[in-house]
Amino acid sequence: MSNTILTFAEIRGGALRRPSLEAVSEARRLADVASGRVVSVLVGETNDTAAATLASHGADKVICFAAPALSSYSSESYARAVAKAVETEAPSAVFIPYTAMGKDLAPRLAFLTGGGLVSDCSSFEQKDGRLVAKRAQYSGRMISTFAWTTKLQIATLRPNVFALTAATTDRACEVVQAEVDTGARARVREFRAKEGVKKELVEAQVIVSGGRGLKAAEHYKLIEDLGAAMGAAIGASRAIVDDGWVSHSFQVGQTGKTVSPTLYIACGISGAIQHLAGMSSSRVIVAINKDPEAPIFKVANYGIVGDLFEVVPALTAEAKAHFASRS
Amino acid sequence: MKIIVCVKVVPDTASRLKVADDGKQIVQTDLTWIISPYDEYAIEEGLKLREKFTGEVILLSIGPDRVVAGLRNGLAMGADSAHQIHDPAFENLDAAGRATVLSAAIRHLGGADLILCGHQGSGEDDAQTAGLLAGALDLPVVSMAIKLDIDGPAAVVEREVEGGIEVWDVTLPAVITTQKGLNTPRYAGLKGIMAAKKKPMGTLDAAALGLSKDALAAKTERLTMAPPPDRPAVKLIPGDPATQAKELIRLLHEEAKVI
Repeated sequence: MSNTILTFAEIRGGALRRPSLEAVSEARRLADVASGRVVSVLVGETNDTAAATLASHGADKVICFAAPALSSYSSESYARAVAKAVETEAPSAVFIPYTAMGKDLAPRLAFLTGGGLVSDCSSFEQKDGRLVAKRAQYSGRMISTFAWTTKLQIATLRPNVFALTAATTDRACEVVQAEVDTGARARVREFRAKEGVKKELVEAQVIVSGGRGLKAAEHYKLIEDLGAAMGAAIGASRAIVDDGWVSHSFQVGQTGKTVSPTLYIACGISGAIQHLAGMSSSRVIVAINKDPEAPIFKVANYGIVGDLFEVVPALTAEAKAHFASRS
Repeated sequence: MKIIVCVKVVPDTASRLKVADDGKQIVQTDLTWIISPYDEYAIEEGLKLREKFTGEVILLSIGPDRVVAGLRNGLAMGADSAHQIHDPAFENLDAAGRATVLSAAIRHLGGADLILCGHQGSGEDDAQTAGLLAGALDLPVVSMAIKLDIDGPAAVVEREVEGGIEVWDVTLPAVITTQKGLNTPRYAGLKGIMAAKKKPMGTLDAAALGLSKDALAAKTERLTMAPPPDRPAVKLIPGDPATQAKELIRLLHEEAKVI
């Protein structure tokens, strides 16, 4: 049985995304238990810094596919590249971040390799050299464990859940170049960066979200102000997205984004099952709501029953003072 | 334009869920079944494209008789025909098995110019079937589209990713998965519901698709399923807003250690 875990490292604008480092960190943790090795695959905008960063978080080897045609993403060519690495390294598992790219890539890779795929994993255990994965299903209302019946175990990993290993500079890492057929019938032509959004929801450690308790679109500024004071990403409930107060890209919950920050602050959000689906795996949840019976208090660690128009500005002021005193 | 839309019928998100005695799945009786919310965007997009280019919208769904109501609902929205794909060999399929069955059905129907699927089935939440299906049909795939423009055999697709929007060039035929933001699904009106009763509803089984149970062996296996552990009871913070705010920041810093 091979003890190699392969990870797919996602790179955008020349920089590795944090979920890719989480994947390599978790692979390292598992490989250390089974005296195995970790091989990371970089496709497209590969560079030495990225390879060194992967090594510092646990990669023993980095395989770079650097053809110019690979600088724009396509599931066809990228899956072919990772499948080629699977062929040469014969890993027991492949870890892919459950990001927009990973969601698109992983099924294609599963098809090409014939390996089973378990999506959105939030923890792994090893049993007799095989993996058992835990993941949420049914909008977070069920937690399931999965095993693979195929030799190759492909998994996508929920962002923000797996701890990063402490970076080290003394790991020996082999960096090799590889080539693959880059043909694709669907590929990215252009990337338009979102303006005015400083923090990406799914990668944020702290999220401040607003809901219908804000009463009007212009009051969403209260959320933006608290978000800025907390250094947080900002989110929204489905209700205010459907009302057109903010764009869909802010929506947390079913038909929006699933997030797992260390701190989630829900302001004026009642906590419908569709919203809980997207945030109930947050580590610490704060609820601010005037209705003490609101379901959001059932999942919250800390609650303030009160008028958000008074509480949120007060919290913004306190947060500013807190972070100012610590800088 | 021939458009095939793959639909999954799932428990209503608001349903009360119970774990079956085997501890591996939910109890499937006493549930309200609906079209997976993500699939409604796929049906709507298919209908909009047919209105623009003419052609037909065909719905496919794997499952027992409960999927027929979901398919009828899609027909009432305006789709032209539907096929229930049902066979004892198709029970408890994983995503790989579903993709194999759907690819066989699409081949059986002579292929399509465009295949639309919701980007994930609500419930199992795998977000895999469409990508596996594209692989099985040897077609390109773009997931989670929020904009779709078609001009002859070429399509331009936009999808939201971390930090921005990707614009894709796609050669048809292709598989495209849909999500919120792409369109606003229409409601089936009374007229549509009446018309749906007369629209063709076919059935396809393993024999018709030339599939055996062996070809559908699961690649992943669910070992256990249980509700998540209860979260600790909420700690309510008393006082006036200024006091509450101060105390919350203190607790987040000193007790929870998250700021």
